[in-house]
Amino acid sequence: MWLRVQRAARSGRQPAGRLALRRAAALRSASALEVLRANREGLSMVEPARLLMFLLGSLVFVGLNGAYLVWAERKLAARFQRRLGPTEVGPAGLLQPVADLIKLLAKQSLVPPGADAVLFRLAPALVIAPALVAFAVLPFGPELTARPMPLGLLLVLAFGSINVMALLLAGWASRNKYAIIGAARVVSQNVAYEIPLLLVVITLLMITGTMDLNEIVRQQAGGFWHWNLFRITANPLMPVSFVIFFICLLAEANRAPFDMAEAESELVAGAFTEYAGIRFGLFFLAEYANVLVGCSLATALFFGGWQSPWGVGSGVGWFLLKLYLLVFTVMWVRWTFPRIQFYGLLNLSWKILIPISLGTLLLTSLVLKWVRP
Amino acid sequence: MNHHSPTVAPAPSSGANVGQETFVLNLGPQHPATHGVLRLKLTMDGEYILRAEPVCGYVHRMHEKMGENRTWAQFLPNTSRIDYLSAMHYTHAYVAVVERAAQIQVPRRAEFVRVITSELNRISSHLLWLGTFLLDLGAFTPFLYAFQDREQILDLLERVAGARLTYCYYRFGGLCADVDAEFLSRTRDFVGYMRRRLDLYHKLVTENVIVRKRLVGIGVVDAEMCRRYGATGPVLRGAGVAYDVRRAEPYSVYPELDFKIPTYPEGDCMARYLVRMEEIEQSLRIVEQALDLIPEGPIQAQVPRALKPPPGDTCMAVEAARGRFMVRVVSDGSEVPYRIKLRTPSFANLSLFEEASRGLLLPDALALMGSLDLVIPDIDR
Repeated sequence: MWLRVQRAARSGRQPAGRLALRRAAALRSASALEVLRANREGLSMVEPARLLMFLLGSLVFVGLNGAYLVWAERKLAARFQRRLGPTEVGPAGLLQPVADLIKLLAKQSLVPPGADAVLFRLAPALVIAPALVAFAVLPFGPELTARPMPLGLLLVLAFGSINVMALLLAGWASRNKYAIIGAARVVSQNVAYEIPLLLVVITLLMITGTMDLNEIVRQQAGGFWHWNLFRITANPLMPVSFVIFFICLLAEANRAPFDMAEAESELVAGAFTEYAGIRFGLFFLAEYANVLVGCSLATALFFGGWQSPWGVGSGVGWFLLKLYLLVFTVMWVRWTFPRIQFYGLLNLSWKILIPISLGTLLLTSLVLKWVRP
Repeated sequence: MNHHSPTVAPAPSSGANVGQETFVLNLGPQHPATHGVLRLKLTMDGEYILRAEPVCGYVHRMHEKMGENRTWAQFLPNTSRIDYLSAMHYTHAYVAVVERAAQIQVPRRAEFVRVITSELNRISSHLLWLGTFLLDLGAFTPFLYAFQDREQILDLLERVAGARLTYCYYRFGGLCADVDAEFLSRTRDFVGYMRRRLDLYHKLVTENVIVRKRLVGIGVVDAEMCRRYGATGPVLRGAGVAYDVRRAEPYSVYPELDFKIPTYPEGDCMARYLVRMEEIEQSLRIVEQALDLIPEGPIQAQVPRALKPPPGDTCMAVEAARGRFMVRVVSDGSEVPYRIKLRTPSFANLSLFEEASRGLLLPDALALMGSLDLVIPDIDR
């Protein structure tokens, strides 16, 4: 029945179809509420088990991804640079992440004298936790979401911003001038880039009409021309919106060419200068977790999530494929471009990205209001 | 009258409490961007540099003093270690000044080999600069590309000199060893290869939008500033002055060779970048011509084993990769030099950094420093 409603929505009978779509969405959220209520009353055993599974699942996923994305990035960078990358530990260096982890764990976790010890220890935990929370609502597959929520997108974006505070704490608590400069850069950078990011997301929300990530993916069923990236009937500048989203994603995840927090050749290691051992490892892991969350979000919002490009055979495989293609692009950009200068970075956001994304927002609302009543 | 102020990033003097809100940032001697052990004491207002005080001397090795207590020939290995990236030029200056003092005539073949190896060394030095400079800007990949190309030059020079960095290949009156036919043919191959690679670099780096944003208009050093601090080499040519020791005070067989002195009048980091890239091209041209002109013949003049130049005061300058390198030797007629004075380009080029970096942002100042192409042992000597 659902598919029929959706197909009706896609076809020419727009008003009726869209109405049915809204009604179905409302019905669905109502039924979700009922399920929630039922859970609370009778099935109290299911919820802790779910929680445990989510925690284990997301920790394993993030841990494995963090470890092997580092490996993949090193291999990839090596190929870009006409060298081999890790080859020694295990076949093709596959055990390198394990060796790295052991090394990081074996190192002494120093707190520099004069540093704010509590905040210094808290910051690595604070930087990784929000990224993990975001995995709760990411729609990996039709049935593979830890906790589908009507406001899932909001949750991801809200927790994504906490990351900045953690980096600020890390820089502040380190009692190091390089760290403070790095932290100050991170804050102004993330404030600047959250605005175009949210403007693009709002543009998208006006088209989808829901913040439920699963629902957004479901709306993009049936062939790649249904993906939000190509919905130029609602927003003629949709590919531009995606490029803005991708740039903001790089900036929010502090990846090169926007790696202002670290800026190795300027600030030694920026906010992480005083961190050693596994605390440094956690920052590293958080960077990759943030890249994963960002790319997952891009996949769900623009590339149809787990929908297959030709409409049949959708599933979690497609989501992962698209996700890793985006992650590859992120790495590609990092090993190709120099670091942008800090004021250039802020100018890019305030003078270029924000006006364009505001323009697309206006354009989309006009199109939705008049062209597609 | 209320003028619109130009929309630039706020200048450091715009705050009301300048002088109260500054802090001192210690950059180096161990810092990824100082490429060695240069230390900068930066007085900063936020990320703006109010004053940059270079502190040098961390690798001071007393090369000049060492010259005064060993024989003329024993000082030769030192010359490769002053600026280890353009060792050929430094050795060239020293052997040439001693040849001038002792009036030794160098065979033509040796002069041509000196020019070929010197120019190859210049290319390898500029390639290393290219890689590390872009590394300072945060681009990692060109670094390895440049190093791979540099490796080819090192292989070539290793073939004739036996060393890859501190060659000590030139001797008073000639060379340590002759070059063979394979060196000449491989060098010719390299010229073609490097031209193709230069095209690649221009596509990859020169036309990159972020590179242009980071370099154009940043760290302007004008000709007047160069004059006051004695800056030479690509820094001076990047300020629009066509000064090149190979033309201004011709030595070796350079007068017979045809090459251009690249100049860019802008004086910014981009100008210095373009000057060096074009110099690689010109060096390739010189190598190509020298390969065509190189005669057969001896490579070593008759030089007494215990060299005793007649008493006197002699100067000789060469165009090293970083600028004018001059050696002044004073002989009292004995086997040991009375005085060896080294005029190194990096020291002069560094001394303008304080003035040129005033008011710059930290990343721009590091771009400026990278574009000066400093070699720290060359500063400290």
